[in-house]
Amino acid sequence: MPAVTLDLALMKILMVSTMVRPAAVSPRHLPPPIARACLWLLAALLVVLQPVLAPSASAQLKIEITGAGASQSPIAIVPFAGEDRLAQALTPVIIANLQRSGLFRMIDVQDVRPLPVQPSELRYPDFSSRGADAVVIGSTTVLPDGRVEVRFRLMDVAKQSQLAGFSYTVNPGQLRLTAHRISDAIYERLTGDVGVFSTKITYVERQANRFELKIADADGSNAQTVLASSEPIISPKWSPDGTRIAYVSFERKKPIIYVQSLINGSRIVLANFRGSNSAPAWSPDGNRLAVVLTRDGPSQVYLIDADGSNLQRLTKSNAIDTEPAFTPDGRSILFTSDRGGSPQIYRVAAGGGEVERLTFEGTYNVSPRVSPDGRSFTFVQRTGGRFNIAIQDFATRQVQVLTDTAVDESPSFAPNGRIILYATEVKGRGILAAVSSDGRVRQRLSAGSSDVREPAWGPLLKAQ
Amino acid sequence: MTELSMQPSADLSAIRRVPGLPCTGPRAAWIGLLCLAVLGGCSSTPGSEQSSAEVESRTIGEQGALSKPATDALPKAPVGQPPISSAPIATDQTPSGQLPAVLSDPKSLLSRRSVFFEYDSNVVRDEFRPMIQAHARFLLDNPKLRVTIQGNTDERGSREYNLALGQRRADAVRQAMSVLGVTERQMEPVSLGEERPRASGSTEAAYAENRRADILYDGEDKLPAGK
Repeated sequence: MPAVTLDLALMKILMVSTMVRPAAVSPRHLPPPIARACLWLLAALLVVLQPVLAPSASAQLKIEITGAGASQSPIAIVPFAGEDRLAQALTPVIIANLQRSGLFRMIDVQDVRPLPVQPSELRYPDFSSRGADAVVIGSTTVLPDGRVEVRFRLMDVAKQSQLAGFSYTVNPGQLRLTAHRISDAIYERLTGDVGVFSTKITYVERQANRFELKIADADGSNAQTVLASSEPIISPKWSPDGTRIAYVSFERKKPIIYVQSLINGSRIVLANFRGSNSAPAWSPDGNRLAVVLTRDGPSQVYLIDADGSNLQRLTKSNAIDTEPAFTPDGRSILFTSDRGGSPQIYRVAAGGGEVERLTFEGTYNVSPRVSPDGRSFTFVQRTGGRFNIAIQDFATRQVQVLTDTAVDESPSFAPNGRIILYATEVKGRGILAAVSSDGRVRQRLSAGSSDVREPAWGPLLKAQ
Repeated sequence: MTELSMQPSADLSAIRRVPGLPCTGPRAAWIGLLCLAVLGGCSSTPGSEQSSAEVESRTIGEQGALSKPATDALPKAPVGQPPISSAPIATDQTPSGQLPAVLSDPKSLLSRRSVFFEYDSNVVRDEFRPMIQAHARFLLDNPKLRVTIQGNTDERGSREYNLALGQRRADAVRQAMSVLGVTERQMEPVSLGEERPRASGSTEAAYAENRRADILYDGEDKLPAGK
């Protein structure tokens, strides 16, 4: 079955990230039956993943970048041998990824001849003279069974030594993902930070009265529809393991929270109580969610198990308490409340108790999300009729406004904390945008003529 | 099956060098994590919707399992069928023909359903009192009828915060009817926030049109013509 081989190839790519050789897994490190069962479950997961995610017919997101990082690492990416004969060349994807981060400056190598493929063919002065600190070389080979072997090496130009090198054997359908993995490896080796090029994002696309919840690669490519409806869908949130998405759907004429599996498409009603049910937020362990319900009157934050059981009320005010977000340690929850007269951001222990106000500048601070390192939170601040993405440091309480657009909403951190994805508008049409958490690099992602909103950045799908 | 290796040093000859990599820990953890992910996905879903047997049958690639039609009420993500067809569009239990005709009679106050609000306000203005009184009386006379009160806001600001503001407007109308004796059982205040604007555009007139709560009788799919 072609589907099976394709998914085995995907499995291999996933393996790459942890530097594991599956052939060595079962005999030595796990009792064989368990290991085999795990691999079967893994295979099951991957086999069912494919058909569930129907390819999207509508336009892919296109990306524009402005600004640049504080320092940019000069790097030369040499086209991989043989990649021009493949359905998907790898180095253009790698170059676009690295450029989008704002942390790299591409050194033109078009006039370097012959193009080096092996380290022994590298003439380092060709690259040092052009100002490159690092150079990437690689090759692609189509194997007799149709799979492609991709090899790449990241070389330090000054030291004339190898910084990283991997080989991948993949199905042609996985070449783009392989390029993202290579981008992550380069990014990690040169910045010391985790790469997020192979992660996913979710968002809601609206075309007339059709709403589609989608997931796509972090660069906007490969968009797939998770749910389509004639009624609005808002507030999608990834489970911490990336296998489920919680969201609010209005398909039954009122807001109801669902949790949908990305593995097989099945879903459960998480919360459908009297009144409105909204604003789901996963706990870091994925076992519980904070939600907002009006079953007892005002909009209040409750905690509920991921299967919809064990409901507990967390906040107890007569005001609006909404938009809960867990801190990464799971101990606290930030939320928006107008208990002080205007909407501001507050913090409460996840077990309940005293509530602490965190924002004081201005009369409208909403939609908090805590950074993965737990040191800051991003939120939306209104100033003089403009809504902007801002970031506040927990320790110093210092606030920095990061954007210069006017109607920003729904910020969410990339899993490495370096980028904040959000929704904004250009000429009345919703688009996605991203800004580095230091405010220096900005990107816009637009999808043809449709309206895009409610983005959320997915988790890293690797073991640490 | 998989061939891959990392070459962390300056040893340029053998790209496939694998032994010596510190991969035991991450490998075991990773496999474990995926197992947990799969098992967790199963355990968090009621058995009627997804059984482990179903997952197993899919692993061996049975087309039957994959193409099995989704349960009606559950918009499972589609396999080869447009997903739009799976999300229910209306959930009317009662054909609208069974509702008294007076509710849609343009000459009756009962055909008026919308209460409009000032900016940033959930105070029910006096001009809407007669209309709310008419509905309250009608619900008292017809104890089997139920209404959903849908609050709405303009598009400015956070979607979730607007959902809460819309809830407040719905609740203000609920409270006005409750004072008049309508039981809670007959009313459900909900919010559509900024998601279902009646007027599009970013003008003050459109915003005012969208700052609103609508009274919808169970069995009605939409408001009667002429609001």
